[in-house]
Amino acid sequence: MMAPLFSSKLLLVLFFGTLFGLILGVLPGLGPTTGGALILPFTMTLDPLSAIVLLTSIYCAGTYGGAITAVLINTPGTPAAAATCLDGYPLAQKGEAGRALGMATVSSTVGGIFSVIILVFFAPILAQLAYEFGQPEYFALAIFGLTMLASIGEGSPIKNLIAGAFGILISTVGKDFMTSIDRFTFGINELTEGIGFIPVVVGLFAMSEMLTQSTLINQIFNRIALKAIKLPTKEDYKKTWKTILRSSGIGSFIGVLPAEGGTVASLIGYSEAKRFSKNPEEFGKGSIEGIAGAEAANNAATGGAMVPTLALGIPGSATTAVILTGLIIHGVRPGPDLFREQPDFLYGIFGAMLIANILFFIFGFFGAKIFARITLVPNKILWPMIFAVSVCGTYSLNQSIIDVWIMLFFGVLGFFMRRYGFSVVPVIIGLILGELVEGTLRQSLVIFDGNWFMFLTRPIALTFFILSLIALAFPLIRSKKLKRKYD
Amino acid sequence: MKNVQKQKRANKSLPFFFRDEFKVSLVIIIISTALLITTFTFDIVPPILNRGIQPATFPKALLVLIIVMTLLIYYLATKNPWKVEKKLPKSFYLTLLSFLIFLVISMTLDFFLAISALSIFVSYCWGEKRIFYLLLVGIIFPVIVFIFFETILGLRFPPGIITNIYYS
Repeated sequence: MMAPLFSSKLLLVLFFGTLFGLILGVLPGLGPTTGGALILPFTMTLDPLSAIVLLTSIYCAGTYGGAITAVLINTPGTPAAAATCLDGYPLAQKGEAGRALGMATVSSTVGGIFSVIILVFFAPILAQLAYEFGQPEYFALAIFGLTMLASIGEGSPIKNLIAGAFGILISTVGKDFMTSIDRFTFGINELTEGIGFIPVVVGLFAMSEMLTQSTLINQIFNRIALKAIKLPTKEDYKKTWKTILRSSGIGSFIGVLPAEGGTVASLIGYSEAKRFSKNPEEFGKGSIEGIAGAEAANNAATGGAMVPTLALGIPGSATTAVILTGLIIHGVRPGPDLFREQPDFLYGIFGAMLIANILFFIFGFFGAKIFARITLVPNKILWPMIFAVSVCGTYSLNQSIIDVWIMLFFGVLGFFMRRYGFSVVPVIIGLILGELVEGTLRQSLVIFDGNWFMFLTRPIALTFFILSLIALAFPLIRSKKLKRKYD
Repeated sequence: MKNVQKQKRANKSLPFFFRDEFKVSLVIIIISTALLITTFTFDIVPPILNRGIQPATFPKALLVLIIVMTLLIYYLATKNPWKVEKKLPKSFYLTLLSFLIFLVISMTLDFFLAISALSIFVSYCWGEKRIFYLLLVGIIFPVIVFIFFETILGLRFPPGIITNIYYS
C-alpha cells in the first residue's frame, strides 16, 4: 500500500504539505481550502501523485491546525475547529492549555487514521457500485449531493440551495460543451472558456476573508501562553476513548455526505459527546470530552470526504473540491475506472493520508509552541502578503488578467454572501458539479427521448430522488421538532 | 442569543425597504431577472443538433429556481426577520477601494506596481506605520513572489513599466 510513497521526493512533499497545512490551519481565516487553491498552480510542476499527496497532506494537517488557535486564542483557525473553542479555550484559561492541545492532537490523529481505514475499505466498494451508474443515476446522485449540502450544511437550507444553484449557474458561463453556443459571455472572448475554478475559490475564500479581516482590525485577541503540550493522562483516556471512537464514526459518515465536511462533523461530534457524557454540565466550561468529540469528528471527516471524491468524482467538502480540481488538471479522472486502472496511484493517496496523520501528530506534539507563535503575525502584514500570492497564483493558471478580476469580484461577492448568511461552500460544490448535473441531465433526456418521467423507471435514480426529498424535508422536520421542544 | 433577538427586534422596527432581507432579495431578483432576459438572446439549436434540451433551458430553469427561492426567503423573513448587521468600518471601504486602485494600476501602468501599491495601501490603512514593514509587504515580498513565479512556474507577467525593465 505504501510502496509508491517510499521515494525521497514524495516523502519530502508529504513533509512540506503537512507543515504548510499546519501553518494554514493555525492562521485564522486561512485554511486547507484556501491554501489548497493557492498552492494548486505550484502543483503543475509536480507529477500527479506528488501533487495530490501535497494537497491531501495540507487537507489533513490544516484541519488539525485549526485546533491550536481555537485553544489558545479562542478563534478557530479553520471553521471545522469552531466547536473546539467551546471547551478548548475555557480549559486553557484554567492553565491547562497543554492538556487541551494534547487531547486535540491525540483525538485528531485517531479520527484521521480511523477515516483513512474507512476510505481504504469503502471507496473501492462505492466505486464498484458506481459501475451500475448510467447518466440518469449520476444526475440523481449530483442532485442528492446538492440537496444534502443544503440540508445539513451550516445556515439556512434555502440560502444554501440558492448558493448551490448560483454555483451551477456559474458553470454554464462560456461555450455550451454540447452545442458550442455562447452563454453569458457578454462578448468577452476570455469568458468563452468559462469561469475557472481557482479564481472563484481564491476569491470566495481568500479575498472575502481579507475583506472580513478589514472589519476586525481593532479586535484584540487574548492569547494564552503555552508552556508545553501534554499527552492525555490515563484518566483522560478512560474518560474519552468512547467519545473519540463515536466521533470518529460520526465524522467519517458526515464526511462521506456532500456537505461542509469537518465543520458539520465537529458540531455533531461535539453535541453527541455532550449527549452521551456522564458530566454534560462540564461542557462549555473546559470539558476534555468536548475537545475529543469535536476534534476526532472534524479530522475523521477528511478521509470520509475523500470517499465520494475518489469513487464517484463528487466532492464531499470544499477542500475535496479543490483536490478534485487538482486531479482533473493533472489528467486523473476520479471514478470506478481509476480504481481498476491506477490502484498504485490510489494507494499512494491512502498511504499519504495515513502518514500525514502521523506526521501532524509529531509536528503538533513537538512544535505546537512554535506554531502558536505564527498567530502573532499581525494581519496588517499577513493579508497584503496573501493578496500578492493570491493574485499571482490566480494569474498563473491561464496567464489571464480577467481571472484576477473574476477573483476580486468573487471576493467582494463572497464577503456580502457571508455577511447575509449565505454560505460560500455550496457555490464551490455547485460550480464543480455544474457540468456533471447539466451534462448528465441532457444525456439522460437524449436516452429517454425527452420523457422526464423515465427517470422514475430507474431504481437507483429514483432512490436518490427520494433521498433528495427526504434531505429537503429534514430541516423542516428538525425546526418543527425544535419548536415543539422549546414550546 | 439575547443580542441576536435584540438585533432582530431592531430590524423589525425599520421600514420594509430599509431591511436587509428586502435589499438582499431585491438585488438577487434584479440580477437574476436580468440574466433570465439574457438567456432569451442565446442562439437556438436546430432540432437535429439539439442534445436533450436547448442550451438556454438549463440556465433558465436555474434562474427561475433562484428567483422562487429568493421570494421564499423574503416571505420567511417577514415572519422571522434577519438580525441587523453592524455598520461596516472605514477600513473595509478603504480595502475595497484598494481593489479598485489595483485594477486601475494593473490595467494602465503595471501589474507588479499594482500589487505593490495595494499591499502598502492596505497595510497602512490597517494601521502599519513602520517604514520597514511597509517596504517588506510592498516591495520585498512582492519581488520574492514575482521572481518565484517567474522562475519556478515560468510565468510571464503582463507588460508594464516595471515588468518591461525586468524582462529587458
